[in-house]
Amino acid sequence: MDEKLKRDIILEHYQNPYHRGLIDDDRYVRVNSRNASCVDNIDVMALIENGVIVDARFDGEACAICTSATSVMLKTLIGKTVEEAEVIIANFNNMINEQEYDGSKLAELNVYDTIYRQPNRKTCALLPFRAIKDIIDSKKN
Amino acid sequence: MNREDFPMLNDEIVYFDNSATSFKPQCVIEAMNEYYTKYSANAHRGDYDISLRVDQEYERVRTKVKELISAQRDEEIVFTKGTTDGLNMVVFGYMAKFLQKGDEVLISKSEHASNVLPWFVLAKKKGIVIKYIPLDADYSLNVSAIEPMITEKTKVISLAHVTNVIGDVRDVDAIGEICMKHDILFVVDAAQSIGHMKIDVQKSHIDFLAFSAHKMLGPTGVGALYGKYSLLNDMDPVIYGGGMNAFFESDYSYELKEVPWKFEAGTPNIAEVIGMGRAIDYLQEMGLDKIHEYEMHLKELAIAQLEKIPNIKVFNKKAESGIITFNIDKVFSQDAVIFLNRFKICVRSGNHCAKILKDEIGVTNTCRASFYFYNTEEEVLKLVEALKCQDKIYDNII
Ligand SMILES: Cc1ncc(COP(=O)(O)O)c(C=O)c1O
Repeated sequence: MDEKLKRDIILEHYQNPYHRGLIDDDRYVRVNSRNASCVDNIDVMALIENGVIVDARFDGEACAICTSATSVMLKTLIGKTVEEAEVIIANFNNMINEQEYDGSKLAELNVYDTIYRQPNRKTCALLPFRAIKDIIDSKKN
Repeated sequence: MNREDFPMLNDEIVYFDNSATSFKPQCVIEAMNEYYTKYSANAHRGDYDISLRVDQEYERVRTKVKELISAQRDEEIVFTKGTTDGLNMVVFGYMAKFLQKGDEVLISKSEHASNVLPWFVLAKKKGIVIKYIPLDADYSLNVSAIEPMITEKTKVISLAHVTNVIGDVRDVDAIGEICMKHDILFVVDAAQSIGHMKIDVQKSHIDFLAFSAHKMLGPTGVGALYGKYSLLNDMDPVIYGGGMNAFFESDYSYELKEVPWKFEAGTPNIAEVIGMGRAIDYLQEMGLDKIHEYEMHLKELAIAQLEKIPNIKVFNKKAESGIITFNIDKVFSQDAVIFLNRFKICVRSGNHCAKILKDEIGVTNTCRASFYFYNTEEEVLKLVEALKCQDKIYDNII
C-alpha cells in the first residue's frame, strides 16, 4: 500500500474514530488496557453472542497510533466469529513483532505494516488487541 | 555553560528531560572509575590500606552532603538508593511507629508517587488520614492555604520542594515556620530542587529531607536522607542485615549500630556514593545561585517565545524553576514528543508519576521540557522552531 494512503487512513481513524464512546449495557464485557509507560489508556467493551463479536466500542485517552489502531481493529472484528478474530489478532501481533504473518487476513489493519520501524510505538498499536484478547478469553472461561 | 564537561553532549541531541535525570560530567564518571580501578574493596570491613581508603572516601561524602544542605552533623545524613527509598524509610521506619489512627498528614495533589503511595499504604494499615492542601489557580501551592488545613490532629506536612510537573517552588522557609509553630513534622522531597537551588534544612526547620543523586549530575541508584538527629535515633530501619548491627546472639538478642549506620544494611553503593560526592563538589564549585539564575533565564526565554505560537498551552508560566509543562491543542502529548524526537529533542510526555494532579489541571498527560545549566539558548530556540511546525506533526509521525 502507498505510504500516503496508509497515513491518510490512520489519520482519518484517529480524527474520526469508529465506535468511540462507551454505552451502558451489562451484556458487554469491558476491560481497561494501559500501556506500560502509562500514557495510552483505553477501555474496550464487546458484546459476544453465540461465538460472534456482535458489537464492540471503545473510549480513552491515547496517541494517534493507539487510537487509530483501536478504531481499525473494531471495524475489522465486528461481525467476525471468535475463531476468525483470534486468527486476525495472532497475525496482527506477528506483523507488529516482525514475525511471519498472513496479510490477507488483516484487511485494513495492514496500514500498520511499517510500525516495527518505530519500536517505541509497537505497544501503542498492540494495546487494543490485548484488550479484545482479554475479553475473548474471559468469555471463554 | 560547562558543556565540554559532559560526554553525552558531544552528540547532536537536545536534552530537555533533566527532571527525569541529568547527564553526568566526566569527573563523576572518573571518580567511580577510580574506585573500581584503584581501591575496589568493601566498606566498613578492612584492616588493609585499600579498604581503609574506601571508608575514608565513603564517609567524606557524608560531610559533603551535610554541607550541601546545611545540616548540623554528619550523622544526620543516611545514604539511600534515592528519593523514593528515603521517603519510604521515613514513612515506614518513623511514621508507622509514631502516628496513630486518625492522625492527619497534609500533602498536595501535585506530589510525585513516592510522596503519595507510602502514605496511602499507611492510611490503609493504620488509619491515618491524608488531606490535600488546595492548589492555587496556577496550580502552585500558596503557603496561605496551609494553616486553614491544620487541626489538632495534623502531625505531618510532606511536600516536594519543587514539584516535578508544575515546577512550582514551595516556600519551605515559611512552611517550616508554620510546622514549628504547630508542632508538626516537616518532610521535604527535594528530588527536583537538589542541585538546582540552595537548600538549608536548619533555616527551613526541615525534619526529614530526601533526594536522589542522579538528578544532580550524580550516578543512579544512590541518594541521601536527612533527618534531625533525635528523629533518626527514634526511627527504625526498614532493612536489617550486615553492616548495621553491633551484635546478635542465638537467643534473638541484638543491638543495632548508631545512627546513621543502622540504616545502611548490606554492602552499600560504594562507587555511586563516591560519584555523588564528586557531583556535589562540581555543583558547589559552580554555585547553586548561578545555576538557578541561568535556568530561569532559559525558562523566561522559552516562555516568551512559546507565547507567540498559537495552540500551545503552557501550564506553569510563573513557576520559578527550569520546568515547562505544555500541550499542543488537539495533539496527544505522546504524539507531540515523538514529533520532537524527529528533531533529536528529548522531551517527556505522560503524567510524570504525579497521577492525581489530573484532578487539578484537568488533563492526564502533558509534555514537559526541563532545563539544566548545560542547556543553551540555541537549544531552546530549536524547540520553539520545532513547535512552530506543529501542523506537520501527523504527517511526520505516522
Ligand atoms: C518530585 C519527585 N519526587 C521523587 C522522585 C523520585 O525519585 P527517584 O526515582 O530517584 O527515587 C522524583 C523523580 O522523578 C521526583 O521528580
